[in-house]
Amino acid sequence: MDANTETVADSDVLLDVADLEVEFHTGAGVVRAVDGVSFQLRRGEFLAIVGESGCGKSVTALSLMRLLPRKTAQVKATRIMFNGQDISKLPESEMRKLRGRHMSMIFQEPMTSLNPVLTIGDQLTEPLLTHLDMTREQADARAVELLKMVGIPEPERRLTQYPHQFSGGMRQRAMIAIGLACEPTLIIADEPTTALDVTIQAQILELLKDISERLGIAVILITHNLGVVAAYADRVNVMYAARVVERGPAADIFGTPAHPYTIGLMRSVPRLDKPRVGRLATIDGMPPNLLAPPVGCRFRQRCPIAEDRCRETPPVQQVTDGDTAHSVSCWRTDDAKSNAPTLYGVETAQATAKAPHGDKVLLKVEGLKQYFNISLRQGLTTRHVDIRAVDDISFTVHEGETVGLVGESGCGKTSAGRAILQLNNPTGGSIEFDGAELTKGNIAAVRRDMQVIFQDPFSSLNPRMKVGQILEEPLKVHKLRPDKESRQARVAELLTQVGLYPYMADRYPHELSGGQRQRVGIARALALEPRLIICDEPVSALDVSVQAQIINLLEDLQREFGLAYVFIAHDLAVVRHISHRVVVMYLGRIMEIGEGDALYANPQHPYTKALLDAAPVPDPVVERNRQRIILEGDLPSPLNPPPGCVFSTRCPIAIDECRRGIPDLRQLADGHGVSCIRVGE
Amino acid sequence: MLRYIAHRLLLMIPTLLGVAVLVFLVLRVVPGDIVEVKLTAEGGVFTEEQIQQERERLGLADPLPIQFVRYMAGLAQGDLGISLWTERPVISEIAGRIGLSFELAIISTILAVVIAFPLGTLSALYRGTWFDYVIRVITIGGLAVPSFWFGMLIVMALLLTVGVLPPLGTVSIFADPLVNLSQLIWPALSVGYRYSAVVARMLRSSILEVLSEDYIRTARAKGLLEKVVIIKHGMRNALLPTVTVIGLEFAFLLGGLVVTEQVFNINGIGKMFVEAVVLNDLTMLQGLVLIVATGFVIVNLLVDLLYAALDPRIRYQS
Repeated sequence: MDANTETVADSDVLLDVADLEVEFHTGAGVVRAVDGVSFQLRRGEFLAIVGESGCGKSVTALSLMRLLPRKTAQVKATRIMFNGQDISKLPESEMRKLRGRHMSMIFQEPMTSLNPVLTIGDQLTEPLLTHLDMTREQADARAVELLKMVGIPEPERRLTQYPHQFSGGMRQRAMIAIGLACEPTLIIADEPTTALDVTIQAQILELLKDISERLGIAVILITHNLGVVAAYADRVNVMYAARVVERGPAADIFGTPAHPYTIGLMRSVPRLDKPRVGRLATIDGMPPNLLAPPVGCRFRQRCPIAEDRCRETPPVQQVTDGDTAHSVSCWRTDDAKSNAPTLYGVETAQATAKAPHGDKVLLKVEGLKQYFNISLRQGLTTRHVDIRAVDDISFTVHEGETVGLVGESGCGKTSAGRAILQLNNPTGGSIEFDGAELTKGNIAAVRRDMQVIFQDPFSSLNPRMKVGQILEEPLKVHKLRPDKESRQARVAELLTQVGLYPYMADRYPHELSGGQRQRVGIARALALEPRLIICDEPVSALDVSVQAQIINLLEDLQREFGLAYVFIAHDLAVVRHISHRVVVMYLGRIMEIGEGDALYANPQHPYTKALLDAAPVPDPVVERNRQRIILEGDLPSPLNPPPGCVFSTRCPIAIDECRRGIPDLRQLADGHGVSCIRVGE
Repeated sequence: MLRYIAHRLLLMIPTLLGVAVLVFLVLRVVPGDIVEVKLTAEGGVFTEEQIQQERERLGLADPLPIQFVRYMAGLAQGDLGISLWTERPVISEIAGRIGLSFELAIISTILAVVIAFPLGTLSALYRGTWFDYVIRVITIGGLAVPSFWFGMLIVMALLLTVGVLPPLGTVSIFADPLVNLSQLIWPALSVGYRYSAVVARMLRSSILEVLSEDYIRTARAKGLLEKVVIIKHGMRNALLPTVTVIGLEFAFLLGGLVVTEQVFNINGIGKMFVEAVVLNDLTMLQGLVLIVATGFVIVNLLVDLLYAALDPRIRYQS
């Protein structure tokens, strides 16, 4: 049976998309960003479209709303039935009446998706005034109601404010309010929480889920985060290289994934809900260039079980397990399913502890403080205020050990990394490296031993330098290799060590993919044979399959060279996977510190608990039975941190005493420390 | 807000003081002597003694520090001194002629904005079409052609096509506004062309930039009419950088006027500048530079205030 014609009672179907194609006419040629996508959405259903960047998921959504630039994008479809009407042939004037009225959209970047020069009230009442013929007063009253519904306190006052007076989470709530304004039947949310912190993400997604259920609104959620999919979606479309490769109910997709790509995607993310695996599964290579997509199956070049047929003929979508709702486009789906656990190597199923590290303390951070003095203009006078980015933190790193620094944005993890590297002048405290205190005088000598990998592989490599020059530079600066030949030999060696090819030395950074660039960043850090590398969010800009490659590489290099890492990240699962010990930070202070597995298994600090609770895991069964404690409110401003325990304003168990004094980091047992007076009461 | 304005006005004092000191020093270094020019113009022969006497009478014989103190003391009382040539107060000399230049500047600005806004907006909205290319050729021309030369072209074109010359004198706008406008529109056009080209190009690129912003997509996703999207959501944001350019160019306008007033024989301060330089009238030059600098600082303040009105993220009271 052809899965494209799954039969549902007609009145139940809200959206029926058949053979959607979107072409972009670019200077280099025609890119078909969406290629024959068909799916249906029932009323009130929560559908997730999941895939890596460039797979066509956002373009699909934008084309449904007809929001793609008309000059460059060409949209074709056999039909796009929405509410019983084929909107693919609708004139723009009619389409405009649907947008914001019956279908609305929430975008990824709450920081840039609201107009900075108009008040929230003005932006929120626009759809009401445009579509519902409300009077100004009616619209204002409805706006107050809407802000209340999305949980924004003091709605009357908030309506007169501008977007810059809202926090990121609040802005996304306002965006949701705008989307809900006319009570649409469909909301498309395009990566609505990707730019937000994990505790805020939980707030926003719970809100979206709750409201859509209450009002019977169907949701299309576009995301790359499998945990989010598992937690909220009823059904899932998995997209790869402009096509839907698998679709079905969330329970089936996660329980019995049938496409090798889906299986790889699931295996390549580290899991919070399962024991640590030795190595993450990686899908080798990268998605094909859509300017010239491969014939046959588009995944075959990366597929571990591809055969001749896959090379020649594109697979037909077929139902799997006799379940009409679950379908897959793969010739070898039966093999994929029966070999799922070992498809990407046998090790994936095995739980393994991290390799042990040395006993010698390499880095000792003691009472480190990093304040940034900023000037606030007040009329004729200027007030100077300290932002306490890092406030009195202490921890050690042993030889060959990975210490993870984890926390939300503004917690000071990056500032701590920069202070250790002496890229900023620390305000106070001491940093000892290999037994000697770091000072201005000896930092140049220590630089060799202490290197850094940055977050953004796009902006951290000089675009005017070839890869070879980038890697040679530190060798020249430190006079490690006097002559050109030996430097070039070293560059070739470095490139091989990070899984690239020596010929890539002649490439410019823009000629490489994101993952390859991050490998160059790693090679640059390795060039000086350091003993410690500060990794500042090294994988957060990468897709999950590439992220797994980089994490594995970092672990391999650690084993080979005995490197120690300070691994700074916001992704709890990644941090647990790679770290021996983990430091949890909040607003410049350490909340909890401990051995990775022990800390995750038995978190003590209420912030650690909330953080772990907020992170969804890619398993719908776990997610559906989970009772979340969702932290309320936003992070306090670091300009004006709360007195006493900095977490007390959001802590579910805070008492008056918490607000009086800053809690000490108490040692509970063998290296497990916690700064909370209520733990162990 | 008032506090902010007061703050800015107070800050003008050191700025203008700096300008005054600088212009005083620079003018004393420049060669030339007004006394010789003056005595030559009066005809006849003159002796070394006569020169010395005249110098003493005008206060030019005093040591520089004394001259400086006298100048500064005058400034503190709002006195710009006496013109060395006409021997009338500088302030009243300027007051008699600044109105015309100011009017010319205002007309040029209005003309520039009136030309630039439709050109810039249409050019952005029809980007990549022949329409856009035509507009861009016109604006490139505005940047490339010097305004005095363009002024000469206007004069010649008027002469050859309709056979009239722009009048040599000017009627006050209060006496006969229509005649006044018909006299000033041509010099205003010659300065305003360049001005409008700069503004139109800025507006075009900022509209293009703004239209690719996420909040424009949000506005479209609300189902707003395209004109509402462009005017309400687009234009106001695109105006921010454009306003800056209008303010900066207004200052350049004064430089442009120096030559254009010569071409059209307009008796404004631009022409006055040239005369004062030719005659070595030091006090007059000092006064003119100070007045122009004050104008520049005030226009800058106005631009900043306009900015605050357009962009809620900028608030000056904190």
